[in-house]
Amino acid sequence: MMAPLIALRGITKTFGAGPAAFQALRGINLEIQPGDFMAVMGPSGSGKSTMMNILGCLDVPTSGTYLFKGHHVEQLTRDERALLRRRYFGFVFQGYNLLARTSALENVELPLLYRGEAKKVRQEAALAALRRVGLEDWARHTPAELSGGQQQRVAIARAIVTEPEVLLADEPTGNLDTERSREIMQLLERFNRDAGITVLMVTHEADMAAFARTTIKFRDGLVESIENHKQPVDA
Amino acid sequence: MIAMLLTTLGLAMREIRRHLMRSFLTVLGIIIGVGSVVTMVTLGNGTTAAVQQQISSLGANILQIRPGQGFGRGGGGTQPQPFEADDVAAIRQQVAGVVRVAPQVQSSGLAVRNAANWSTSIYGTTNEYVKAQSWSIDQGRIFTPQEEQAGKTVCLVGATVLRNLFRAESPIGQRIRIRDLSCEVVGTLKSRGSSFGPGDQDDVVIMPVKAVQRRIIGNQKVNMILVSVDPAYNSDAVQTSIKSLLRERRGLGPNKADDFNIFDTRQISETLQSTTQALTALLGAVAAVSLLVGGIGIMNIMLVSVTERTREIGIRLAIGALGREVLLQFLVEAVVLASLGGIIGLAIALAASVLLSPMLQVPFLFDPTINAVAFLFSAAIGVLFGYFPARRAARLNPIDALRHE
Repeated sequence: MMAPLIALRGITKTFGAGPAAFQALRGINLEIQPGDFMAVMGPSGSGKSTMMNILGCLDVPTSGTYLFKGHHVEQLTRDERALLRRRYFGFVFQGYNLLARTSALENVELPLLYRGEAKKVRQEAALAALRRVGLEDWARHTPAELSGGQQQRVAIARAIVTEPEVLLADEPTGNLDTERSREIMQLLERFNRDAGITVLMVTHEADMAAFARTTIKFRDGLVESIENHKQPVDA
Repeated sequence: MIAMLLTTLGLAMREIRRHLMRSFLTVLGIIIGVGSVVTMVTLGNGTTAAVQQQISSLGANILQIRPGQGFGRGGGGTQPQPFEADDVAAIRQQVAGVVRVAPQVQSSGLAVRNAANWSTSIYGTTNEYVKAQSWSIDQGRIFTPQEEQAGKTVCLVGATVLRNLFRAESPIGQRIRIRDLSCEVVGTLKSRGSSFGPGDQDDVVIMPVKAVQRRIIGNQKVNMILVSVDPAYNSDAVQTSIKSLLRERRGLGPNKADDFNIFDTRQISETLQSTTQALTALLGAVAAVSLLVGGIGIMNIMLVSVTERTREIGIRLAIGALGREVLLQFLVEAVVLASLGGIIGLAIALAASVLLSPMLQVPFLFDPTINAVAFLFSAAIGVLFGYFPARRAARLNPIDALRHE
């Protein structure tokens, strides 16, 4: 068995302090292998989004150990975590989180800009990424001119333009209808299969979770079950 | 590092263009702040300078003695009695500490030469007056004793009159007509420099006092006596002696008030100076308020956009920007906007001052200090309120910045 890409040991996260404190995670143990495609499910407040944020270094655990490629992430500084995100992670959010009044192309270019790539390199890579999500012709349009499904595809292009090792998607289809949702899932599945990107996806919908190879169920801040699908749904 | 700075500059400029309204409002606040404060202080300085110039043209340490009880001149009564030539002689002979004593009679009229004419002030006085007022002769000469004695119709012309009656040719020896009088120009007065509008000191024709008295006014009265005081003497003491001499000569009993008044130009200049200083301070206060209002405008715009910007910061952090990269971008944005507003504000202030100065008849004086202070103050507010909310946001966990409502 390969060394895990990500290993969580006894991760807890508490929001607030004193009597109002809320423990969102109560000791998570989890290993993720390179190339996995995992769906994370569970009722609201079960801690799945919190875990995703910690995995993506957007938030820090209250206690526990987070190993990424064998390195202790919980000991990193803010800047080191930012560099880790820049190098290894791509994010897709439920609310798309594109920059307003900014063309699709420039939104997709943004991560490359922080990597210090030259303008020409950025544009070519961004156009290629938009082509991979089928929005090449929409490169000059701003988010306000795009439908929800298109915006989410731009967000996916932005997430994969840096060729990350891990793609974290927090309810990527939460705002979309079934048809658009299936398109998004097919994209994620393709990047997982063809580019070998490890995908973690939070979802409420069993239909969408069915695209993944593994489903993790959360309940009350703990992992309830991990279930491998025998037959991934074919795109 | 330089590449990063250039990238950041590009990012900042792009953000400014994308949020034109927000950028415009920020810049507007700074323009108003800088523009108003610089314009007001510049005009205030011009006014002060104009007043000071008028004061200095009154001559230093000169007493002006006029009939009547001064500005207040209350309660009717008899017309104040003018002075006579003997009064002038008496002051010169009997009062210690006077250097020059000159009578002055004043009239006005049209000066004509060939087809050119110019309406001007006509002073009848003596060489003493010319010296006491520290006029310099540009061409020609002052009056001769014979001319003064005989009241010959000769004249000295000021620069403004000269310019309007004569073109390139030399005026010396030429004759001009003043009212019904033909008068030979014997000298020209050197310009007192840029005097403005009604206070133009160069708009004058000076003739011997007797000529004006006899040929223009038609009596022997003297409207004003000018006395220059020896700087070694106390001006108040000299005034007291003049006062008692004139009271005696005018036959005023001990219970009667003076029917003449003495102006000390030094006192006038002190009064005027403190007045203009108060005015400048007032203008400065008004300007400071507008600077403050401009500053609050900037502050509001910056704070209102914090929510939107906090989300933007969250997005940038999430995709791998370092906190300091985001901050640098915001700082550059704020600096660019503030400088832009400051420069436009200064340009508007410059244009307004240059335009308004002639209308207010004050000189335009560029004051680098107020320009710098106004610019730096506005820029500091712009940068402060652009930068610090951004810094707070950049210190949040990315996920908290993303969720900011």
